[in-house]
Amino acid sequence: MSAQATATVVRRPRRRKRNDDPGQAPRLSPLWTFVAWLATLAFFAPVAWMVLTAFHQEADAATNPPSLLAPLTLDQFSLLLERDITPYLLNSAMASVFSTLLVLALAVPAAYALSIKPVEKWTDVMFFFLSTKFLPLIAALLPIYMIVKDIGMLDNIWTLVLLYTAMNLPIAVWMMRSFLAEVPKEILEAAEVDGAGLPTVLLRVVAPVAMPGLAATSLICFIFSWNEFMFAVNLTATQASPAPVFLVGFITNEGLFLARLCAAATLVSLPVLIAGFAAQDKLVRGLSLGAVK
Amino acid sequence: MTTLTHPPKPTTRPPVRRTKPTALSKWRRRFPLLPALIFTIVVTQLPFVATLVISTFQWNILRPDERRFTGLSNYTLVFTDERLRHAVLNTVVLTASVVVLSVLLGLGLALLLDRRFRGRGLARTLLIAPFLVMPVAAALLWKHAIYNPDYGLLNGTLNAVYRLFGAENGPTVDWISTFPMPALVIALVWQWTPFMMLILLAGLQAQPGDVLEAARVDGASALQTFRHITLPHLRQYIELGIVLGSIFVVQTFDAVFTITQGGPGSQTTNLPYEIYLTMFRKFEYGQAAAAGVIVVIGSIVIATFALRVVASLFREEASR
Repeated sequence: MSAQATATVVRRPRRRKRNDDPGQAPRLSPLWTFVAWLATLAFFAPVAWMVLTAFHQEADAATNPPSLLAPLTLDQFSLLLERDITPYLLNSAMASVFSTLLVLALAVPAAYALSIKPVEKWTDVMFFFLSTKFLPLIAALLPIYMIVKDIGMLDNIWTLVLLYTAMNLPIAVWMMRSFLAEVPKEILEAAEVDGAGLPTVLLRVVAPVAMPGLAATSLICFIFSWNEFMFAVNLTATQASPAPVFLVGFITNEGLFLARLCAAATLVSLPVLIAGFAAQDKLVRGLSLGAVK
Repeated sequence: MTTLTHPPKPTTRPPVRRTKPTALSKWRRRFPLLPALIFTIVVTQLPFVATLVISTFQWNILRPDERRFTGLSNYTLVFTDERLRHAVLNTVVLTASVVVLSVLLGLGLALLLDRRFRGRGLARTLLIAPFLVMPVAAALLWKHAIYNPDYGLLNGTLNAVYRLFGAENGPTVDWISTFPMPALVIALVWQWTPFMMLILLAGLQAQPGDVLEAARVDGASALQTFRHITLPHLRQYIELGIVLGSIFVVQTFDAVFTITQGGPGSQTTNLPYEIYLTMFRKFEYGQAAAAGVIVVIGSIVIATFALRVVASLFREEASR
């Protein structure tokens, strides 16, 4: 079977929803448009304030009333880099990237065995994965802390990698299954009848459909690992601390540098903001474990 | 679990193979699943077994000689402990208010964003930003940049408005110590509303266009259409938002840790934070484990509803 033929059949029209044609959605009246924008700006204001303050001098940041039009500067960011935020960011990057890769390595074959060549009772397996996601992390902290301490893995980035993998694996299995389930059965069977081997089937039939799903799944796993706080703050000390732990130094009111805090908050949130905006369309599918498209 | 897993109808496969699957071919099918399954069981299930065992010991790390089996006495202690009952109550209040408020706000925003207006795409992008800001960073932002009595945005704006009307100075409210729980709730609602909005917006956009069209042709008013078509359709999405939101918000640790440290007193100490304190401040491992088991049981109750909702959406998808 040729690649072109596959591609044309794979892109069959999806079930028609109202929003496939945005021209059909009714318009908001000017009054409600105003309300919509007011609400949007109200929600966005704290983020805007954070970013604006990050570019202010300390003296202009903590004023009352707030100084909106103070001169802008990059000082806070260079100060942060001098104060060694870099190792924290690198630790975060390592923990998130490696755990995401490990999640994919485990979840993709599992999703294959739950959709394309399903094992018997595959729905039970799906719900087992899901139920582990519903157990609160805090209840696992104590035994994990004790085991990790016993084997000398406290303050080690690989401990976080393993825990984040376990944390994200159910989401990834559910998401990847929902994407792999979209691979048309007829083509899979046709390819098999034509005597295509497993590598050919994976590369030519499964991969083109699953790639966007793989990207979306990676982004969701990356976001959750990057933002995780509880394991990070309780299981690391000096060597392996990721970015959220850097922020702990800003909790107390004493001698607080507001502009520097805002710069740090902006800096550590930036990767997820970019990833999230890029994956906007897929975000809801990931957050609902693939249940909502 | 067993009650929840009504399997979706397996999609009928054409009879490609006629031979009965052998044990070998069954295991060949199972093989890709095993690494993920074993990993999940080892990393997520075994710790809970350990928690269960630890919860039956009197075990304070500062007095290691006194470690002994005490049966269920940790649970008696936990249930009679004033602080812990307070923590349970705080957890319920915090979770319920955050989830209800963010579903309502999310629904309002989703209804607006479901319509066309100038800059709709940009508005949607700006609206999901609160959910993407690192939760600890967001908590610090609310604590210092917004609630701070001296230079926070809230008092600063009040001050500016008061001065605009000729007053000398605005009121100086210490928001966090005066209204600790609402301060926490508002920061979390801000963070979770985009999540609810995204799920509900997806629900609105999955409405069958022909039904809405028919209602319009039949002369139904906007309110009637909303009540009799949109709301019933949205129900399962609202349920999904509520259960997923509850699962996540019940576990709130970073906001409490950052904004209030559970205070003043124990007014905002929720269960995760209380367990953390028992573990790392009081070093009472046995009690912390017992409290952990109780949280797990509570979560199972919520999860039962959650799984039912997810299962219904899942069935619908699988039967398509």
